[in-house]
Amino acid sequence: MDGGRTAPLPPGVNVAPEMGDIMPPVKAKKGFIGFLRRNPTIAIGGFLVLLMVFVAVFAPYLAHRDPTALAPALRTREPSAQFWFGTDMLGRDVYSRVLHGARVSLTVGFSVAFCASVIGLAIGLVSGFIRLADSIIMRFMDGMMSIPPILLAIALMALTRGSVGNVVLAITIAEIPRVSRLVRGVVLSLREQPYVDAAVASGTRTPMIILRHILPNTLAPLTVQATYICASAMITEAILSFIGAGTPPIIPSWGNIMAEGRALWQVKPYIVFFPAVFLSITVLAVNLLGDGLRDALDPRMAKRL
Amino acid sequence: MALLEVENLQTHFRTPDGINRAVDGVNFHVNAGETVAIVGESGCGKSVTAMSILRLIPEPPGKIAGAIRFNGKNLLDASDKEMRAIRGNEISMIFQEPMTSLNPVLTVGRQIGETLRLHQGLSAQAAEDRAVEMLKLVGIPEPQRRVKEYPHQLSGGMRQRVMIAIALACNPKLLIADEPTTALDVTIQAQILELMRDLKHRVGAAIVLITHDLGVVAEVAERVIVMYAGRKVEEAAVGPLFRNPRHPYTQGLLGSMPKLGSSLTGEETRLAEIPGLVPSLKKKIPGCVFASRCPKVTDLCTQYAPALEEKAPGHVAACHYALREEVVAA
Amino acid sequence: MSQPLLQVNDLKKHFPIKAGFLGGTTGYVYAVDGVSFDIAKGETLSLVGESGCGKSTVGKALLRLFPLTAGQVVLGGDRIDDMPNGTLRPLRRKMQVVFQDPFSSLNPRMRVRDILAEPIRNFGLAKDAADLEKRLEGLMDKVRLPRDAINRWPHEFSGGQRQRIGIARALAGEPDLIICDEAVSALDVSVKAQIVNLLQDLQTELGLAMLFISHDLAIVEHMTHRVAVMYLGKIVEVAPKRSLFGAPKHPYTEALLSAVPVPMPGAARERIILKGDVPSPINPPKGCRFHTRCPYAFDRCRTEEPQLRPVADALEGGHIAACHLHDRPAGENPLSGAKGAQLLAVGSA
Repeated sequence: MDGGRTAPLPPGVNVAPEMGDIMPPVKAKKGFIGFLRRNPTIAIGGFLVLLMVFVAVFAPYLAHRDPTALAPALRTREPSAQFWFGTDMLGRDVYSRVLHGARVSLTVGFSVAFCASVIGLAIGLVSGFIRLADSIIMRFMDGMMSIPPILLAIALMALTRGSVGNVVLAITIAEIPRVSRLVRGVVLSLREQPYVDAAVASGTRTPMIILRHILPNTLAPLTVQATYICASAMITEAILSFIGAGTPPIIPSWGNIMAEGRALWQVKPYIVFFPAVFLSITVLAVNLLGDGLRDALDPRMAKRL
Repeated sequence: MALLEVENLQTHFRTPDGINRAVDGVNFHVNAGETVAIVGESGCGKSVTAMSILRLIPEPPGKIAGAIRFNGKNLLDASDKEMRAIRGNEISMIFQEPMTSLNPVLTVGRQIGETLRLHQGLSAQAAEDRAVEMLKLVGIPEPQRRVKEYPHQLSGGMRQRVMIAIALACNPKLLIADEPTTALDVTIQAQILELMRDLKHRVGAAIVLITHDLGVVAEVAERVIVMYAGRKVEEAAVGPLFRNPRHPYTQGLLGSMPKLGSSLTGEETRLAEIPGLVPSLKKKIPGCVFASRCPKVTDLCTQYAPALEEKAPGHVAACHYALREEVVAA
Repeated sequence: MSQPLLQVNDLKKHFPIKAGFLGGTTGYVYAVDGVSFDIAKGETLSLVGESGCGKSTVGKALLRLFPLTAGQVVLGGDRIDDMPNGTLRPLRRKMQVVFQDPFSSLNPRMRVRDILAEPIRNFGLAKDAADLEKRLEGLMDKVRLPRDAINRWPHEFSGGQRQRIGIARALAGEPDLIICDEAVSALDVSVKAQIVNLLQDLQTELGLAMLFISHDLAIVEHMTHRVAVMYLGKIVEVAPKRSLFGAPKHPYTEALLSAVPVPMPGAARERIILKGDVPSPINPPKGCRFHTRCPYAFDRCRTEEPQLRPVADALEGGHIAACHLHDRPAGENPLSGAKGAQLLAVGSA
């Protein structure tokens, strides 16, 4: 117990009674594993997202059959060892179609998240810094926000030919107002930070202020927002496809599969069920990741006890 | 028997990188009607001590051990229901930030009345009458009008008076004031300190004053407990503590404060510094907690934690050298 | 006397209050409303007052962090109040700032090295990479931080150490004047002493002038040469430190001094407890702005605004105050004589 004690204890010296610990010791894990242990939502969300990415990338190898191959003889088979998720009314293997559908969903989700973030960031930075531009841009954004994003996306799709690229474009445009509002708000609060004042006082030019002091500090909230946009874009894509205004029917997407299975919902619910489950799990995973990132990136967490 | 007896209080928090021993073995008592100040710098555990008395520490990640006897009853054994009956009634608390501790959507009268209706079962009308009376007690002009106002309509000083009114509404036996004047301007602070001195005589509640401001301590406290790194390092009546501090930390604190009026007396000296930083509470400190910053440190200090010893009647300090030096000097 | 380093004349900053659908201006916050002072080379002037008196706004206005409403600011012979930003940028080097909050005053996404190098690069002070390195090391030495800490991130430091980094950043441009905006207020007592001592040492070593904005009178008295007291956007009294603390000549200063708690239990001192709160700077009182809380206010104070004028019976020269009481004969002036010692309880207890 007194391992480190080398000095003799002189007589008459009162030593304080030792206080024991009242809770079991904490095994502090360092590095990546420790980070995941402290942020279980990131671990679970991240794992599921990675799993979906894996499924999407290796869909051709994981799939049992060509997702578009018609087989009228094998129509509406129940799930079995041969057709894990059954077949649809044209005899296509639902399992293979769902795996390929992940490609569309993830492409749309990630592309929209990336494009909307980049464009929204640029607009938000401009309107956070230039007063005149701000009043014009923000009134325009208010106007766009008064239209529900799904309606706006449907309207934009009506103007173009159905393709994955156009779906991405339409949803991106619908999401931009929300991102630019967020960035503008963050920029305006960052501009009030003393370190920005100090940078101005030490002669830093405005472009460098934006690049060095504002931009890096908007990335954390923007990343969190991007995950939410990703999730909402995947749902929007599914809705657009479901109502026939999105991905063309030849490409298997979760929305398309569900739309095609809708007529048989009463008798063959599995056609709708499996893509719906995949969509839900993916959206949940992305949202979990977003929540976890928000907690982990929250500066208040740095000052915890 | 003392009104409040805190015995071997330990409040620890579980954090991802270790156990934070925020309060580690603190003993003190508060007599009825007495004002005791707990002073120390941020992170010394003074606020955690106060929150522990009212069991306001979230468990987990926190855990409280030891004994907190209020009127002989150990609060750590009390049920949640019993604690609710005690909080705001027999023991009440004033917080530092009056704006965030008041509910912005309720009138001042409702907020004062709420505790009364909850704990004393007063009717709505009786509660409002009492609220007006309380506002008058804490020196708010036009209490009949103010009782119907919302917190945002009041200035910072007025809000703190309202907080005090809420805290005193049920005639508590013990009032815990956590940095009650820190957020206030100096002229408003003077008003609130004057009010607290005045109320002490009129209400008779014991006060535990948590503060980092030694000036405030000198103005209102009768007895002072100095905390450092989760321990009590010194305790004495206010006069002896300021005139003859025994613990090197207390001496350092007093020496590092500039004296007002120094330009008149010509004693404009360099401020004494306490070098270094407060040690991390996540590691066990084998010896004296102040050893890493103490000018008098020896091997004895780094290896054997000093016990609290009575260095003079009613004056205890946890330092191996506090008494000996006096003896040598004499 | 040679020309002062900084001259401020009738500085005003009124913030518009925007309201309504079209964001029309419905009124103004008269944050700073006609403030004049000067600071000599190597001198410390303290600006004291309570929150909302406009002292921090003065500091930010001098740094031209926002456009001024009116007034002249002359820094080292150049008039900077209406200078275009491009012309002003190189002159910013002469006047640097240390802020209150050690946490928000450093960019969390920049290493200490980049934080300190920013002003050096902006002002083109380093001849080459080696010179920059030498300057960075010199800065770390000056604020007594270990040199190898320069590659660390701000969150790895304690509050006091962060404040040292903030001071090093202010020194990086080799300024003539440092504005300390409540630079030690957020720190713990023992750390505060370390930073106060550091600032004093740096001032002697580098011959810096300082504008020390603070509400803490004890620290101010310890640090400063002269003091200017602000109340509701106006300076009410300016005096050398001994004269101000020994014989305050404005009722507000007097009340401030008596209100500061002193760490001397049982000290016998004269207490002046002001009634009420500071009025709103949106609608400041007519006449003397302090008359609503002044224990000595009389009719003239409610109508006529007093001007800053030299006080006859001050302890030291250069003591000016804005109070009508000084027009009265000494017998009827409660501010005559030197009451500072009673107010501060000097020599008692």
